Amino acid sequence: MVERAPVLDTICHAILIAGALLVCVPLYFAFVAGSLTIAEVQKVPLPWLPGDQFVVNLQAAWVKAEFGRTFLNSIVVAVGIAAGKIAVSLLSAFAITYFRFRYRMLAFWLIFMSLMLPIEVRIVPTFEAVANAALPLQWLAEMLHLGDLWKWISGHDIAIALEWNMVNTYPGLILPLIASATATFLFRQFFLTVPDELCEAARLDGASPLRFFWSILLPLSVSNIIALAIILFLFGWNQYLWPLLFTTDKDMATAVIALKNLIPRSDNEPAWNIAMSGALLTMLPPTLVILLLQRWFLKGLIDSSK
Amino acid sequence: MNAGSPIVLSEASAAPVAQPSGLTRTQHAPPGGAVVGRGAMPPRPGRAQTTKRGRPDREPGLKRANFGHGPGLPTLLLLPQFLILVFFFFIPSLRALMQSVLLSDPFGNNVQFVWFDNFKALFANGEYRQSIVTTLWFTVAQNVITLAVGVVLAFATDRVVRARSVYRTVILLPYAIAPAIAGILWAFLFNPVVGPLAHMLHALGIGWDPNRNPSDALWLVIMAASWKHICYNYIFLAVGLLAVPASLMEAAAVDGAGPIRRFFLIALPMLGPTVFFLAVMNFIYGFFETFAIIDAVTHGGPAGATNILVYKVYVDGFVNLDLGSSAAQSVLLMSFALICTLLQFRYFDHKVNYGV
Repeated sequence: MVERAPVLDTICHAILIAGALLVCVPLYFAFVAGSLTIAEVQKVPLPWLPGDQFVVNLQAAWVKAEFGRTFLNSIVVAVGIAAGKIAVSLLSAFAITYFRFRYRMLAFWLIFMSLMLPIEVRIVPTFEAVANAALPLQWLAEMLHLGDLWKWISGHDIAIALEWNMVNTYPGLILPLIASATATFLFRQFFLTVPDELCEAARLDGASPLRFFWSILLPLSVSNIIALAIILFLFGWNQYLWPLLFTTDKDMATAVIALKNLIPRSDNEPAWNIAMSGALLTMLPPTLVILLLQRWFLKGLIDSSK
Repeated sequence: MNAGSPIVLSEASAAPVAQPSGLTRTQHAPPGGAVVGRGAMPPRPGRAQTTKRGRPDREPGLKRANFGHGPGLPTLLLLPQFLILVFFFFIPSLRALMQSVLLSDPFGNNVQFVWFDNFKALFANGEYRQSIVTTLWFTVAQNVITLAVGVVLAFATDRVVRARSVYRTVILLPYAIAPAIAGILWAFLFNPVVGPLAHMLHALGIGWDPNRNPSDALWLVIMAASWKHICYNYIFLAVGLLAVPASLMEAAAVDGAGPIRRFFLIALPMLGPTVFFLAVMNFIYGFFETFAIIDAVTHGGPAGATNILVYKVYVDGFVNLDLGSSAAQSVLLMSFALICTLLQFRYFDHKVNYGV
């Protein structure tokens, strides 16, 4: 602070309190609604103070949305996305910064191209690709007229129909969301700042590339890995469109999708109390993550968008 | 190197063992990307040297000390990334390109090559044009609100000393909340029957009903989307303000500029790249990530009032099974996303340093 300006500072506090209220009001009303009975929640106006049904509603939401199962799914998907993306990105960043090979720049640009096309944009074709991941092979077979060739050779007529269906599986939920290059670039940028002497020393001592990666580069990257893992965990937990399309089976739904089915539509009974306690429950894990790991979270948030 | 990135935290990652740095003002900090203009890169002593093989080491983005291996190992290392990209990125994108120039019935039995007919049909379609207008309104309003509120909050955070981290923690909370949940929270607040805020509006004599009134519905999703995204703008601006050199501010203060004047004439112009970056990110957020809010709150209704482009792609592709049109829409959205990316990299050409 450069000078004292008590009036302005008071105004600033007021602004920040207003900002905090803006954040908290929806959460507070969710809590109030989540602690009322269904009769109370329909009263107009809504009471300003919470009732005593919070635990009851939590239990009801837990059962109704099968949160036991869907939370597990969400955790698997979020951790899978974080771990998968970090592993894949570390390896490819290592390859494009530490090796001299012919197609290095091509590899770099191919990865670069995939940056910033969010899954929502290419949703239909991606869905087709994952609903039947063998489809490309089938197109290839059709293009090369393999069927005709086989008929010509053996006289038999065959239909080539390959199928590898990933709907309602964890890989189907996780893999398409790994396909983006942000993490690769983060690690690339970081590797470029690692002193060259480390690699030279490792080579003098006879370390193989993988040994160098494992014993030197990986330990150096730990803080970046943790920071990124937090961001990716939040990203995975909060996914909506992809799980929505991809989980026709109720057992494979993620928590956010299960929550969506709790929202009252106009034609059934308006159980907003259950929906709101479910909403609070679903946002609890990511909220805890950013509250408990805030410093790492901030680093990850800012690093990952460089 | 991170030199010239708009944020002071890059200092931390430039150190070999980066600890999560606290958000404290570093007195000796170089003025960050705000001042180091485009292309101004620190000279790299290692660049002009030659490698052991005697070839000049001019390859961008390659460590001077590298493993000069043949293609085997790096290919193996790149393989997982490429398999995933090919299956879930390149093939789907190419397929969208192909489908956008084909006309097929929902079962894919009858496929015809139709050049750009799908695109022409799209732009001739009033519903699609309406959707473009809606999306623009939605994103621009959301952009202005989040940036304005973010700037004000960041300015206030920079001034206060007491309880600064408490404020920051609370304001950052929505980042953890899924867009769908943010939508649900706001849908409840403004639910015309039970919502407490809707009740207040009714008490003021405003006939609020997002289920029937198109503009109410649009405002509802704009509010929900902004509420969720203010924190993102706020944190980048707050961190950016920390990187503004204290000496400049002090010099201006000595010259008699008050805090608000200093903010608008010095700090904000220096944050120009950050603001631009945030505007692009807000556009991307508004175009794509708000799908969940629309789907959870309004389903694109009433009467298509909140039918933003990405929601329409989904409805046409999965509900109406009009694959050609949906693919054409995907291609248009992809080009938009690409333009955003390029804009961003053009402006921030130090963000990804091809030359370092």
